[in-house]
Amino acid sequence: MTTPDPFDDIPGTTLFDAQRSRQGYHLNMFCMSLMKAENRTAFKADEAAYLQKFPMTPEQRDAVLKRDWNTMIRQGGNIYFLAKLFSTDGLSFQHVAALMTGSTQEQYAQMMLEGGRPVDGNRSKSEWKDRG
Amino acid sequence: MARLVAGVTTSHVPAIGAAIDLGKADTPYWQPLFKGYEPSKKWIAEQEPDVIILVYNDHASAFSLEIIPTFALGCAAEFPPADEGWGPRKVPVVKGHPELAWHIAQSVILDEFDLTIVNNMAVDHGLTVPLSLLFGQPQEWPCQVIPLAVNVVQYPPPTGNRCYNFGKAIRKAVDSFDKDLKVMIFGTGGMSHQLQGPRAGLINREWDTAFLNDLVKDPRKLAKMPHLEYVREAGSEGIELVMWLIMRGALDEKVREIYRFYHVPASNTAVGHIILENET
Repeated sequence: MTTPDPFDDIPGTTLFDAQRSRQGYHLNMFCMSLMKAENRTAFKADEAAYLQKFPMTPEQRDAVLKRDWNTMIRQGGNIYFLAKLFSTDGLSFQHVAALMTGSTQEQYAQMMLEGGRPVDGNRSKSEWKDRG
Repeated sequence: MARLVAGVTTSHVPAIGAAIDLGKADTPYWQPLFKGYEPSKKWIAEQEPDVIILVYNDHASAFSLEIIPTFALGCAAEFPPADEGWGPRKVPVVKGHPELAWHIAQSVILDEFDLTIVNNMAVDHGLTVPLSLLFGQPQEWPCQVIPLAVNVVQYPPPTGNRCYNFGKAIRKAVDSFDKDLKVMIFGTGGMSHQLQGPRAGLINREWDTAFLNDLVKDPRKLAKMPHLEYVREAGSEGIELVMWLIMRGALDEKVREIYRFYHVPASNTAVGHIILENET
């Protein structure tokens, strides 16, 4: 795209657009394979070997093995596909959301109980400059 | 003739399904949420709909990245619960209404809404959690359900305006179905929530409240809202709310608000729920 994308101004947010979908196709299809119990078993038995079945980039494989969720998102992973991976690990959406925000589980849970992350101060990257 | 009598919107958070399935509904965390649905359960038990057209989004369960239909209508006789990575939910198989579903498909396609016809589809929490919230844990679901899956995962989803007008086309189809059926339409997903990245956990109560108000009284205004506003104000997954406009488009211009409930949090999400009846 030649014009600036207004979605890029939203901080801490990755839009699953055409480019990310192309980039993350095999990463997401790997996650999709975990919907079958026998594939979950095979993956757990030897993660690295199982990942070789999918033509992903080395960075994507590495992010999966390290469970680096933000990197997976940056590399074209979509949260609903990644959910198959963290469900295989026995983790919830809330658990992984906390990891992606860099909070502890307790801090994140408390923030949600108190009404969630406020939108004020979180609409534009210009408001996140101090976060580096 | 078939009559479309009411619309229901509700969030469809997977953790709500897990709370029901694992017997955690009475815990202090979940109890306020389920209490909020008690009047709705009573209402729908009295209403006894024959068929629910249930608008939801598939979360990489029936549709991967191989095929991404914008609108997919379930025309099969039944739809099994999907295995989303932790085994299928132990809920009844969803019984469809193939005759009405095919009639809707035919009618809306000739009305220039080129939806995808699906005869084999597992249904995930997006469809089964709303049924659990309204009907509890029965042996069989008490009515037939026509799943209408909308893509809101791959950007761009349909516009709010397209969804609103699609709702109108669905209404026209239901009105022209030559069987005496009491039909409801559910719009599910939302409200404000973001599941991914450093901004995860975003909730916008003020925006959600305004959305609920406009949904009742000024849906045409909502239909003009660009995707950017949904994502910025209601979070990356808040964009699911375009699906509520399909429900609203299928109702009369003027509706009666029967019930409203709003609760934060259910996991990462603001739960919004509203019941609207046609006045006619």
